Amino acid sequence: MPLIELKKICKTYSETKVPVEALRDVDLEIEKGEFSAIVGPSGSGKTTALNIIGGLDDPTSGQIIVDGHDISTLKKDEMINFRLHHIGFVFQAYNLIPVFTARENVEFIMLLQKISKEEREKRAIELLTAVGLADRIDSRPSELSGGQQQRVAVARALASHPSFVLADEPTANLDSKSAISLLELMEVLNHEYGMTFVFSTHDSRVIKRAHRVITLVDGMIASDVLNTSAHEN
Amino acid sequence: MKLYIQLAWRNLWRNKRRTLIAVSSVFFAVFFSVVMRSMQKGSYDYMIYTSVSTFTGYIQVHGKEFWDKRSLDQSMTIEPSIVQQFRKIPHVTAVVPRLESFSLISYGSATKVASVVGIDPEHEDQMTNLKSKLTSGTYLADTSQGILLAEGLAKVLKVSVGDSIVLYGQGFQGTTAAALMPVTGVVKFNLPNLNTSLIYISLPTAQWLFSAPDRITSLSFMIDNIRHLKSTTRNISALTDSRYEVMTWDKMMPELVQYIEADNSSGIIMLLILYVVIGFGIFATVMMLTNERIREYGVLISVGMKKARLIFVTILETIFISFMGVISGSIASLPIIFYYIKNPIVLTGKTAEVMLSFGFEPILPFNISAGMFLEQIYTVLIIALFSAIYPYVFIRKLKPVKALRG
Ligand SMILES: Nc1ncnc2c1ncn2[C@@H]1O[C@H](COP(=O)(O)OP(=O)(O)OP(=O)(O)O)[C@@H](O)[C@H]1O
Ligand SMILES: [Mg+2]
Repeated sequence: MPLIELKKICKTYSETKVPVEALRDVDLEIEKGEFSAIVGPSGSGKTTALNIIGGLDDPTSGQIIVDGHDISTLKKDEMINFRLHHIGFVFQAYNLIPVFTARENVEFIMLLQKISKEEREKRAIELLTAVGLADRIDSRPSELSGGQQQRVAVARALASHPSFVLADEPTANLDSKSAISLLELMEVLNHEYGMTFVFSTHDSRVIKRAHRVITLVDGMIASDVLNTSAHEN
Repeated sequence: MKLYIQLAWRNLWRNKRRTLIAVSSVFFAVFFSVVMRSMQKGSYDYMIYTSVSTFTGYIQVHGKEFWDKRSLDQSMTIEPSIVQQFRKIPHVTAVVPRLESFSLISYGSATKVASVVGIDPEHEDQMTNLKSKLTSGTYLADTSQGILLAEGLAKVLKVSVGDSIVLYGQGFQGTTAAALMPVTGVVKFNLPNLNTSLIYISLPTAQWLFSAPDRITSLSFMIDNIRHLKSTTRNISALTDSRYEVMTWDKMMPELVQYIEADNSSGIIMLLILYVVIGFGIFATVMMLTNERIREYGVLISVGMKKARLIFVTILETIFISFMGVISGSIASLPIIFYYIKNPIVLTGKTAEVMLSFGFEPILPFNISAGMFLEQIYTVLIIALFSAIYPYVFIRKLKPVKALRG
C-alpha cells in the first residue's frame, strides 16, 4: 500500500471572480522512503498539491489516503492531531517561533505530542546535532542564517516522528550554496533514517538531487520520472 | 505547561516598548484607583464613625416602634444581666443606655423645646466623648441632679452655670414631668442641630422626672471596626426577643447613607470611564500583538498545534500584561496609602467649613482593605478577558493555508 495516495483530486478556487482550477484529476502514489520533488512553473499547483496532501486544505473532489487514513473524512481537530503525529512540515519561511531557541523550537512540537521532558531534550539535541547545529542549540532564529533556520525546521519536522516530511519550496529563500547543503542534509536523513521527503521546488540544481520528479503543468501531472542519476549519488 | 508560559511571556517582549506602555497604563489606572478608593472608603468610614459616635452608635436596641413614635410609652426595661452579656460580645466597645424625651425648658421669660437625654455619664463619655465637649461647669456624675446644657440653648435662654431652669413635659403613660433643676455644665456641639436642642441629665434623675423607673428608651452600641457590624448585630439580635428592635446606623441615618452612596457612585463612574479607556488600550495592544503573528499562527496550526492551545497562550499574554500592571500599581500605592492613613490630609477653605458644619473634622483619613485590591484585580481580569476576545475570534477563524500565504 502506498504511503500517500491521491485519487482523482480536483481543486478549484471559486472565491475569485474567475474560478481557478488549480488541480485537475490528479492521480498520484508516493511510497515509503521516496525522495520526491514536485516541480513546475509558477501557478502550476505545487503548493496546492502539497497543502492537500498535508491536510491543510480540502480538495474540491477526489479522495486522499495518507498512511492508510482517508483524511478527507477527518474533523478539523482530528486533522490537526493527524498532522501532529503523521506529517512533518517545512515551509518556505517563518517556520520557527522567533522567541524560542533552536532547541525549544524542536522541543515544542514534542511538547504538543505530550512527550516527556527528558525525552524531548534528548531528541532535540540529537536532531540538532544531526542537522549540523550542535553548536547553535541555544541560538534564537534571528541569530541564525536562513540556511541554519531551515535546518532547525527540518530537525523540528523529524522530531515528531512523522511518516513523511512535506516541504514547500524549502530552499526558495536560500542562496544556492545553502540550498544544496540543505538538500544534502535531507538526502542523508532520507538515506539513513529512511525518512520520506516530498518537496516542491523551482531550482534546477535541487531538482537534480530528487530521486523522483513529478512535474505539474496547469494543475495536471505532465510527467513523472525517476531520476536515475540522482540515485547513483 | 512551562514552555507555554515561556512562550507567552517572551512574546510580550518582542516589542518591549509597546508592552511597557500597556503595562504602565494598567499600572497608573490601578495606582490611581486604589489611592482614590482608599481615600473614599476612608472618608466614609470616618464620617460614619464621627456620626455614630456623636449620638446614635453603630447599633441601637430599642423598644418596638420607639424609633417611629419617639414616645416614652415605647420605652423598655432590660435585665441588667442581659446588658452584661451585651458588653461581653466580641468587638463591642461601649454599651450606652439612654432615656430620651422632649420637654419645654424655660428660664425667665424664655421658653424652648429641648431634647432631654438621661444618661449613664461614664458610658456616655466612652462613646461620645461628652466630657470633652464641656465648655464650663462640671460633668455629670451617676446620680447628679444637675443639667448639662447645650451651648446654643444656653445662649438663647441666657443661662449660665449655677442658674436653675424649669423643665416641663409629659412623663411615662401620661404623667406630668416637671422640675426645677440647676445647670451644672455647658457642652458645645459642632452640629448646630444638636447644639440648640440637647440637655443631659443623669439616668436616675430622668427616670424619676419622667416617672419611668428602670426604663430606658435606647441602648446604643459602639464597635471597634465597622467591618464587624453584621456579626455584632447578629450577636445582639440573638440576645433580644420580639419586644425589642435592633437597628444599625444606616437605618438610623438614611441621609448619611444616601450621601455616601451618591459620592461613591460618582467615584465608581469615574473609575469606570478610566478603565474603559485603559481597556481599549490593552485591546489595541493585544490586537497588534495578534495581527503581526498571523504567519506564525499559520505555521503552528499547520504543524499540529490545536487552536485552543494557541488561544490559551494568547490569553496568558493578556493576563501577564494586565497583572504586571495590577501588581506593580498595587505595590506602588501602598506607601502612599499608609502614609495618609498615618497622616490624614487636612482640608482647608470651603470644604473644611462645610465639613465642620456637619460636625466632621475637616480631614481625609485613608483606609486600606483587601477588598480594595480585589476590586482592581477583578476589573483588570475582566479587561484581560475582554481583550482576549480578539485573539480568540482571530484564531478561531484562521485558516492555516491563508495565513501561510500572508
Ligand atoms: N486561495 C486561492 N484563491 C484563489 N486562487 C488561488 C488560491 N491559491 C492558489 N490559487 C491559484 O491556484 C493556482 C495554483 O497555485 P499554487 O500556489 O498551488 O501554485 P504553485 O505551483 O505553488 O506556484 P508557485 O511556484 O508560484 O508557488 C494558481 O493559479 C493560483 O493563482
Ligand atoms: Mg507554491
